[in-house]
Amino acid sequence: MVDPALVDWSRLQFAMTAAYHWLFVPLTLGLAVIMATMETIYVVKRDEFWKKTAKFWMKLFGINFAVGIATGIILEFEFGTNFSNYSWFVGDIFGAPLAIEGILAFFMEATFFAVMFFGWEKVSKRTHLVATWLTGIGAAISAIWILVANSWMQHPVGMEFNPDTVRHEMVDFWALVLNPVAISKFFHSVFSGWMTGSIFVIGISSWYLLKKREVRFALASVRVAAIVGILGTFAVMFSGDSSAIHVAQYQPMKLAAAEGLENGGQRAPFSVVPGVEIPGMLSILATHDIDGYVPGINNMLDGYTTPQGEKMPSAEEKIERGRRAIEAFGEYRKLSGSDPVAAAQARKVLDENIDYFGYGYIDSPQELVPPVGLVYWAFRVMVGLGGALLLLMGVVLWAEYKKRLSAMKWLQWAALLSIPLVYLAGQAGWIVAEVGRQPWVIEGLLPVKAAVSSVSVAAVQTTFFIFVVIFTLFLVIELRILTNAIKKGPEIENK
Amino acid sequence: MITYTFLQQYWWFLIALLGGLLVFLLFVQGGNALIFLAGKNESERELIINSTGRKWELTFTTLVTFGGAFFASFPLFYSTSFGGAYWVWILILITFVFQAVSYEFQGKAGNLLGKNTFRIFLTLNGCLAPLLIGTAVGTFFTGSQFAVDKAAVGNIAAPVISRWATQWHGLEAVANPFNVGFGLMVMCLAVSLGALYLINNIKNEKLATQLRRSLLISFLCFLLLLVYVVITLLTMDGFAVDVNGEVFMEEYKYLHNFLQMPAVLAMFLVGAVLLVWGVVATLLKQRFSRGIWLAAPGTVLAVMALFMIAGYNNTAYYPSTYDLQSSLTLANSCSSEFTLSTMAVVSLIIPFVVGYIAYFWRQMDKKSLTTEELNSSDKY
Repeated sequence: MVDPALVDWSRLQFAMTAAYHWLFVPLTLGLAVIMATMETIYVVKRDEFWKKTAKFWMKLFGINFAVGIATGIILEFEFGTNFSNYSWFVGDIFGAPLAIEGILAFFMEATFFAVMFFGWEKVSKRTHLVATWLTGIGAAISAIWILVANSWMQHPVGMEFNPDTVRHEMVDFWALVLNPVAISKFFHSVFSGWMTGSIFVIGISSWYLLKKREVRFALASVRVAAIVGILGTFAVMFSGDSSAIHVAQYQPMKLAAAEGLENGGQRAPFSVVPGVEIPGMLSILATHDIDGYVPGINNMLDGYTTPQGEKMPSAEEKIERGRRAIEAFGEYRKLSGSDPVAAAQARKVLDENIDYFGYGYIDSPQELVPPVGLVYWAFRVMVGLGGALLLLMGVVLWAEYKKRLSAMKWLQWAALLSIPLVYLAGQAGWIVAEVGRQPWVIEGLLPVKAAVSSVSVAAVQTTFFIFVVIFTLFLVIELRILTNAIKKGPEIENK
Repeated sequence: MITYTFLQQYWWFLIALLGGLLVFLLFVQGGNALIFLAGKNESERELIINSTGRKWELTFTTLVTFGGAFFASFPLFYSTSFGGAYWVWILILITFVFQAVSYEFQGKAGNLLGKNTFRIFLTLNGCLAPLLIGTAVGTFFTGSQFAVDKAAVGNIAAPVISRWATQWHGLEAVANPFNVGFGLMVMCLAVSLGALYLINNIKNEKLATQLRRSLLISFLCFLLLLVYVVITLLTMDGFAVDVNGEVFMEEYKYLHNFLQMPAVLAMFLVGAVLLVWGVVATLLKQRFSRGIWLAAPGTVLAVMALFMIAGYNNTAYYPSTYDLQSSLTLANSCSSEFTLSTMAVVSLIIPFVVGYIAYFWRQMDKKSLTTEELNSSDKY
């Protein structure tokens, strides 16, 4: 039997690595746009002030970028080291976007990052500007492919199970790339990075305003960042809306968990916080129709019939069909050499039940329910903070245009203190997306416990703690270096 | 006509190419191994770090892409080796993780551990990464102890496809002198390439003299190890595959592979000659500093040839000594025909990528790096 502790530690190690990675990546995505915009203004206006401004933010970008790379490489290889079964079972599909990410995105980032930092005197102004944009675009392209891969885990499409090779095989590349989940996930994640970059820049600029240092630099930075951030937040909201529709369609259990919805139905209410509900609102969000049917956790465990008359099987039934699929797979493997007729029969049973294959590994229906409390609160933190930060950016931009920002200390403080909040919102979003889909590593096809490598619990515990120590150390050092660099400042006004 | 077999061979060619490029780009590691050995004072060390520091991301990215391409084209290797030889890969990753942050952190105020600690991290990565990667690649010829049972997916209680047969999870590779010799050979090669690159990239007479000394020592060690590795390789039994896909031991398999694939033998020899030429010319002529541009294609060709004799000509490229029939061959470990052909289309973009990298490499390195430049512009 697969040791439950091995499953938990493997998950925890991956989650920890991803959480750390997602501390550094959003800032890369957002800050790239902000500093490239600043450099564009420099090239257009030929004003050295904007070059210095862009260079200061680039310096912070570089410090942060390095740690993002360090955590990213571990993530890629952890699919192999800790989820070895997964790597074979769906490697035929999942490996492709990872390879494309390397070829298309990483080389672009690597090449132009060096030009951006060290090429000021070596290439023309325009080439340098292109390099800066391409560094950011490279990061965004990388996000496309990793999210194509991730979305395939949330909503697997474009593949067929092949019992001879014992894996899912790709049959439609474009279905994978144009997976609707991937599209909304890409916009949602990348634009949330714009929010992070924006709040980071606004917060630090506010610190200069509070200290009455580098005022021109700070106000100019705020202007660019707030515009980028507000655009980003609206895109996050729109993509969040389509994400909700997709989750309702493809991962209803995740939605029910995020809402703490035990018993659903038509006109399902949206829970603001426990005890405060908006009637019918969840149906509107999840189906864009107040009469839309949203199943609750119990509905899904017990089985239910939609208003359109579609009968959805209970958890027990799904598990039963999954077992049938796995048994038929075993039969097929045993008979395919000796008895083609019986093998064909087994194959038929397998094909009929293949959609439930992963359920066959599930021991009890309760295993199918993700941790409700965590996902419920993470969702509220994400949405609540997202709204609050949008408001903050709006007020900051308004104050700056009214030339009042430098005098509004409370707003400067609020902006500075909101830096950790934007990270909290990002982490909460990760929890909703990834904890919310437990126990599945691939929705319906493979639970986490059937995906892990056969290594000892002690080995995974050891590497987990090694990585925790390393990443935490890096985070502490990064924060110290960033703080030092910020304290030193862009030194524009002294020169 | 593009057949499934052709696609498997094509993808092994790309893996070999990425492997060759990766070993060449390990000049970054090799250069960092010399930070304290060849760099005698602060300004020399700074030159070395800033010289490799403008290229390190390319090495890193090639490693990541090598992994990604292996995953996409031969997922059973990804699954079996990474999950099985757990400790070897984790150690390799850890050295790279430290490297990734060390450039940025070492020269910055507030870095907590001090400049030298991060430089030691760079040096450690410089020595250990090529050593460990080389040792891991050595097992492509000597084999590892694992069993693969795809049908285990049907076992609800224990659906484990690949199982490592020793508790050492990869560390057992060091018990085989060939693997260690292979690793040390790659390490010495990386140091030689690092010295060649730095001689070419930096303009500093004194440092160049010290680098030439390092080059001489590392290259002599490399040659000794190369002789050992090649003789062992050509005389060892290899893991052959018959027409039914059964794996069996064949005497002098790798020698046979060279002889039966003369083009590969030619690649290896041309590669070796270019490499030796690049080094010897650099050592003999004080004014000659372009040795890296002979050694680079030489390294790529020679490493590609080694990958080719490991995987082509009906050879199991990742053999299992524990269960011979579990050995990984191009045919039993590759992706589906659809995926391989889709990815083959994607691979057509590689020349374009190499093209822009080469263009900007030239743009950035038109003038050799000097202390004056470091003092007047941005640096690590």
